[in-house]
Amino acid sequence: MRSLLRLCFVAALCVGAAFATPRLARADAFAGLASGQFDTVAQAVTDLAVSGSTQADTVLRALEHRQLFFAPDGGLFMRENTAYVDARTGQPVAAPPEGLTPVRLNNRVRKALAGARAGMDLFSTDRAARLGAATTLYERHDPAALPLLEHALSAEKDTAIRKELALAHAATILAQPPVADQLAARMQAVAALRATGGLEARGLLASVGAAEAEDPQLRKAAQEAVSSIDWRLRAWSIGQNAFYGLSFGSVLLLAATGLAITFGVMGVINMAHGELVMIGAYVTWLVQQGVRAVAPSLEPVALLLAIPVAFCVCGGLGVLIERGLIRFLYGRPLETLLATWGLSLIMQQAVRSVFGPTNIAVTTPGWLTGSFALGGMEITLNRLAILIFAFLVLGALMCVLRRTPLGLQMRAVTQNRRMAALMGIRTPRVDALAFGLGAGLAGLAGVAVSQIDNVSPNLGQTYIIDSFMVVVFGGVGNLWGTLAAAMTLGMGGKVLEPVIGAVSAKIAILVLVILYIQRNPRGMFPVRGRGVES
Amino acid sequence: MSAKLPPLSRRAFGRLALASSAAALGAVWKPGDALAATPKGEPIKVGILHSLSGTMAISETTLKDVMLMLIAEQNRKGGLLGRPLEAVVVDPASNWPLFAEKARQLLSVDKVAAVFGCWTSVSRKSVLPVFEELDGILFYPVQYEGQECSRNIFYTGAAPNQQAIPAVDYLLSEEGGGAKRFALVGTDYVYPRTTNQILVNYLKAKGIKEEDIMVNYTPFGQSDWQTIVSQIKAFGSAGKKTAVVSTINGDANVPFYKELGNQGISATDIPVMAFSVGEEELAGMDTKPLVGQLAAWNYFESIDTPANEAFIKDWHAFTKNPKRTTNDPMEAHYIGFNMWVQAVTKVGSTDHDKVIDAMIGIRQPNLTGGVAEMLPDHHLTKPVYIGEIQDDGQFSVVWKTPALVPGQAWSPWVPETKDLIGDWSKPIVCGNYNTVTKTCLSKKHA
Repeated sequence: MRSLLRLCFVAALCVGAAFATPRLARADAFAGLASGQFDTVAQAVTDLAVSGSTQADTVLRALEHRQLFFAPDGGLFMRENTAYVDARTGQPVAAPPEGLTPVRLNNRVRKALAGARAGMDLFSTDRAARLGAATTLYERHDPAALPLLEHALSAEKDTAIRKELALAHAATILAQPPVADQLAARMQAVAALRATGGLEARGLLASVGAAEAEDPQLRKAAQEAVSSIDWRLRAWSIGQNAFYGLSFGSVLLLAATGLAITFGVMGVINMAHGELVMIGAYVTWLVQQGVRAVAPSLEPVALLLAIPVAFCVCGGLGVLIERGLIRFLYGRPLETLLATWGLSLIMQQAVRSVFGPTNIAVTTPGWLTGSFALGGMEITLNRLAILIFAFLVLGALMCVLRRTPLGLQMRAVTQNRRMAALMGIRTPRVDALAFGLGAGLAGLAGVAVSQIDNVSPNLGQTYIIDSFMVVVFGGVGNLWGTLAAAMTLGMGGKVLEPVIGAVSAKIAILVLVILYIQRNPRGMFPVRGRGVES
Repeated sequence: MSAKLPPLSRRAFGRLALASSAAALGAVWKPGDALAATPKGEPIKVGILHSLSGTMAISETTLKDVMLMLIAEQNRKGGLLGRPLEAVVVDPASNWPLFAEKARQLLSVDKVAAVFGCWTSVSRKSVLPVFEELDGILFYPVQYEGQECSRNIFYTGAAPNQQAIPAVDYLLSEEGGGAKRFALVGTDYVYPRTTNQILVNYLKAKGIKEEDIMVNYTPFGQSDWQTIVSQIKAFGSAGKKTAVVSTINGDANVPFYKELGNQGISATDIPVMAFSVGEEELAGMDTKPLVGQLAAWNYFESIDTPANEAFIKDWHAFTKNPKRTTNDPMEAHYIGFNMWVQAVTKVGSTDHDKVIDAMIGIRQPNLTGGVAEMLPDHHLTKPVYIGEIQDDGQFSVVWKTPALVPGQAWSPWVPETKDLIGDWSKPIVCGNYNTVTKTCLSKKHA
């Protein structure tokens, strides 16, 4: 059965190639690979894929991984670990000839490779590979692949793949130059693409709608389809913008929760808060490096390991800062501001001296990269993870404040320090722990931020202003206020951005916040009660 | 007079033998030391004006290091005019007014012979009046927006016609994908704004319609690119091949590329051509999702020439870090410094006026196999390379200009400056000479 399939596949490929490349007459597709010219290499990739050569698959794989080399005399070799294999025969060679040059890739060759790979995968026994191939062929809608697609459609049994193949087929038919007697099929294809929606379909339909050579009826149908897709996309874009807003808000929320404790609850103006976020990001990197060195198999979860580590490191640092600096400055906000600002400079420069001024590469694990489609929306995984993480952190913090003795003591100390002390609460210890908690939360923000932003000594400065803005806007001393403010600012920014541009949106948001604070100096959710005035 | 030598004890003899053999070994290892005369006399001071703290430290610290390396090497070769070179390093801390203050200090207090410095255009604009007032020499090593030509500044980075225009030509060409629609994305400050103005005019002249050009600016340090990347995606779905030209600066690039990768835009769909992303920036990124994205520079670390190989080797040895990358502005400093050395040697003095006049016409081999020549408008001839990002964090060159491109201070694609040229050689001696009215607008910069 498999050999029969393979035979069909080669036959179909040959038909496809005959359609696409009249130059198939070239005897040796391998020679093109050794030319060093991108155009020729790209052509050779396509030729090789349809040549039916048993070496095609391995050679193309080697090319993809830049393990294919050519010699000055036209010889072609693949590197496997340290040994070399003749690409044409698959036989190992004892000593590779002098002057081997790697076959280089550019986007054109990569495109040809993706097409060749999809063509070969279309008849694979692996379901996922076939599905992936169908999707690639839909996105590429290369007319040369049409006979292949027709063949695959007749052979495919799986309904999901058939659906994708039918779509790819429709797109490919439309991508062909117009032929007179195909109008019905092309009209059908327009309808099929219109039903799918999406940006790829829109692009193809728009080009059909704009092409002078097309039948007027078909052009009209295509233009209508484009505007129908545009309507649908516009509706979805509301949801998409809401997600962007939530996600932006969640980053603000994470950066601000720590400050909501140190500034909101304790009243300490901590200008080094951003630097604690930065340290959290560096800790993430260190944990990743450590895990890579000690247990490489755990690398995908290194990020999860970094969460408690960053919390503890930054929390400990926070306790140190409180004991060593801030406790001498309670009640003197200006001095605190200056001292912590100085501290932030020291921390920045220290990190710069130890790790260097350049960005460090915190890797994003595979399970956090990419996106999935939700209707017409595209949800990126790392943003979604941060959104969830932000709410988890906020929830945990609420629990600590409301359900634990430390939370009770913290609230008691902020509301009435003397009374709390008289009740036997060791206020200095509570201060240190509260500050440590705020610092630890900053560390958690650092772990999250390392996944979306660059990690350099300047990282903290990006977040400090926004964090203060969130806390003040939301109402000092109120966690719900912080949540509401972060989400309002996030949503506001993302609603304005597509309309007036990123720069103006940022200005507009700042102006609006200032106006709001002018009218309501205590923010969105002011703390009420007797203790407020003191 | 016969001084009687004390008899050598066995131990002393051993020590002597060891020392002399070590000395001999040293001579074998570093023949330069033994051959060149040790420089003596009063040192010639060279100012280094690069931020070592603040936001720009990420890029500028490297340039300070490369200058120290070049100066050390020159001293090993016997210094300059037989005198040693001494680096005077100041830290303007990414603070633009402080740049002017530090420049004044270098010129009037330290009396340096030349200054190598600045990265951002705003820092250059801030020191320019100081250099003109005190008649100093500044070597500016970064690609920039052009539209400036001061007698006291040598622009060793690329002018727009040595980076932006060839890069767009590549995107328009069949080889580069034949783009018909362009999104110009940049950070909101003078370099992207001027470059995009030039590019929009250029693209229109090439027959690209107004509605096929999208221009978008973002604030410094933008970290949330979700909306803009989805706008680019929508912009790219109009049925025409679309390309992005990015003048996004510094730190904002990492989140931008991460978002591109996450939203599934690959280089084969919508290629992104960047003017500010080099090896240094890639070092902080996971480059797998970026493979195939483009950058235009006049130098890439991956270019295989003996001069470049030697330079990289020296750099690794000097920084004691075999992984430190080299980049385009470093090459610009390499060229600028060696040209200055040539000019000083030629006139036999470090006198600013004499050196400025002697600089024009000086030729210095660059690191990629060509020769840079200092032109009368104080710009260089440079090759232009287009590189594609590889998964190892390096660029692979996929295209280069057939010949060296002479830098143009004033862009012919901006209506106000299309007739202007800079020419500091006799008889014109003017930074903004109008070739139509045959007048010099002002002896100072414009």
